[in-house]
Amino acid sequence: MKSLLAFILGGVFALGLMISGMSNPKKVLDFLDIFGQWDASLAFVMMGAIAVAFVPFQYAIRATAPKTIFNDPILLPTQQILDSRLIMGSLMFGVGWGIAGICPAPSLTLIGLGHYEAFYFIGAMLLGMVLHRKLSRGA
Amino acid sequence: MHDFILALMGGALLGIATVGYLYVHGRIAGISGLVEQFLSPKTVWNTPAFWFIAGLITVPFIYGSILQPKIEIQASALMMVIAGLLVGFGTRLGSGCTSGHGICGVSRLSKRSLVATLSFMLAGFITVYLIRHIIGAF
Repeated sequence: MKSLLAFILGGVFALGLMISGMSNPKKVLDFLDIFGQWDASLAFVMMGAIAVAFVPFQYAIRATAPKTIFNDPILLPTQQILDSRLIMGSLMFGVGWGIAGICPAPSLTLIGLGHYEAFYFIGAMLLGMVLHRKLSRGA
Repeated sequence: MHDFILALMGGALLGIATVGYLYVHGRIAGISGLVEQFLSPKTVWNTPAFWFIAGLITVPFIYGSILQPKIEIQASALMMVIAGLLVGFGTRLGSGCTSGHGICGVSRLSKRSLVATLSFMLAGFITVYLIRHIIGAF
């Protein structure tokens, strides 16, 4: 049951990406092109998402022991510290995002849509994740 | 106008999916994190991440057979490799991406996520400026 629901949720997420235009790398780059041919419409994607998610998320964080519909505990991130890893990582992600206009979820959607060039991105992304894991273990 | 409405609707669906994941599976739907779980042979089978990702790929496959959304990939293969490396490494170093920090984290009003989101947005703006207007790649 939970697996089927996860599948459906992933599908809904993909629909959101495709309908909004977030799965189109050019549209993302146009959104990030604030000094040029700025396409502001993608700002509404995050706004629309937060508008829907805000109250349910706030409810979960305020509950003493938030539970899922299956009565399992909801696990929220506990890390509070703003460290250099967060900032460096986010900046790095932003640079990568600004190069191709692709982020993790849309890259998978692109494969589903038959744009197999996205495998260049996905392969490299997986490699990047593995590299990070190896380096953080070494430290 | 049309684009803005589609963006809002699509965004609402993203919101629904993340709320669903929180209340069904009890976790933050940070896609970079889900992909990372996929990489571990230990976690790949006993996590909903596998099925979420399956949905992320299968539904577009079905959708695409009926309606092909407009997709334009401007980056070359090399640029996609560089971008992918930075996204893969950066999302793990920074513990999240546009869905994890941008949607879920901001909805939680998490200071870390607000800073992360501003950081990757800023980096994105500057990078596109450099590539489109200084280097003139496209």
